[in-house]
Amino acid sequence: MIELNPLIIFFAAIFTNNMIFSNFLGMCSYIAVSKEIPTSLGLGQAVTFVLTFTTIINYLIYHYVLVPLNLDYLRFIVFIISIAAFVQLLEMIVERYLPNLYYALGIFLPLITVNCAILGVSLFMIIRKYNFLQSIGFSIGSGIGWTLAIVALAGIRQKLKRASVPKGLEGPGITLIITGLMALAFIGFSGIVQIQ
Amino acid sequence: MDSPKKIFRMGLWEDNPVLVQIIGICSALAVTNLMMNSLIMGIGLIFVTGLSSFTVSSIRTFTPKHIRMMVQVLIIAAYVIIVDIFLKAYMPEMSKALGPYVGLIITNCIIMGRAEAYAQQNPPIPSFLDGVASGMGYTIVLLLIAFFRELFGFGTVFGIKVLGDWWTPWTIMIMPPAAFFLLAVAIWISKTIQDKEKDDKKGQVVNS
Repeated sequence: MIELNPLIIFFAAIFTNNMIFSNFLGMCSYIAVSKEIPTSLGLGQAVTFVLTFTTIINYLIYHYVLVPLNLDYLRFIVFIISIAAFVQLLEMIVERYLPNLYYALGIFLPLITVNCAILGVSLFMIIRKYNFLQSIGFSIGSGIGWTLAIVALAGIRQKLKRASVPKGLEGPGITLIITGLMALAFIGFSGIVQIQ
Repeated sequence: MDSPKKIFRMGLWEDNPVLVQIIGICSALAVTNLMMNSLIMGIGLIFVTGLSSFTVSSIRTFTPKHIRMMVQVLIIAAYVIIVDIFLKAYMPEMSKALGPYVGLIITNCIIMGRAEAYAQQNPPIPSFLDGVASGMGYTIVLLLIAFFRELFGFGTVFGIKVLGDWWTPWTIMIMPPAAFFLLAVAIWISKTIQDKEKDDKKGQVVNS
């Protein structure tokens, strides 16, 4: 396998291998919290931040603790604990030192623990055997890609309030159709870069 | 205590996790390009949901309230590890095809949701049935979506060729957008039917 440049992985994670449009990760909050642009932007920032740091932490834990001790199979438990602990810690630090940021991001932080994009990126990193820099590129790119998707969707949904939608399709149904159309548009990016 | 029949009707139809509550759809979309993948994923999820609801319910009187989330996550993670190891040992191909989505069962909101909403207040046996019912509701929707995606995308069902050589596979069906469209259509149909059922019920009450 050719060593991929971290920068290529970064762009691939935003466009061709977008978390939402090609891996379907983080769908729950994507659908639930995409009604207004400012809120979804806030959530996107929080996800990007947590994603980057938990991926770094999990990379270090996996390669320097779990693999040498041959405890590879415990990775699910260890990853979810480290994510939960990091989010909890972050919440306390932000509340104490950056109250403004806390009011902006505070409500989203607990939601992030159960966002499957976070755990998903850590697991993809292991399966695709990324090295440290590649993992960082991948995690930042995934976070930005996720933010891009949720903000774009929120923009469309704001306009959609004035449209008349078939009754059974209101809410999640139409959101999924919009997402499908956006995913179709993102297929246009495929071929620029490809990671597997 | 709810009767098993009611629990199953809630899990499979009236309160179906994918169609009505719209939770746990990450993996529902990702693994539905082949029916076999969906079936294995569904069985794995039924196993984890049923047993983790059972365990959460069994220890619910001893668990301190404020750390119950953490306890639930650990219980779920333990069962997911069992599924993962089992797949790696007996179905290495399948384990590769499902990739990270087996591990992502942990963050599947269905399991946490059932543990929190049902198992926390009810005895072990109904909780187990409730978990299994929700898991089955999820599996049925997955199989339904996978049926259409595999049939039109590859011309096969469970890997067996159904449509002949004259069939031109629709590549779009096995790509991500089709998963979104099909799930949207499934939600649309089920919601329309359920609204109608509710209206009928209301009508009956008024008439009687």
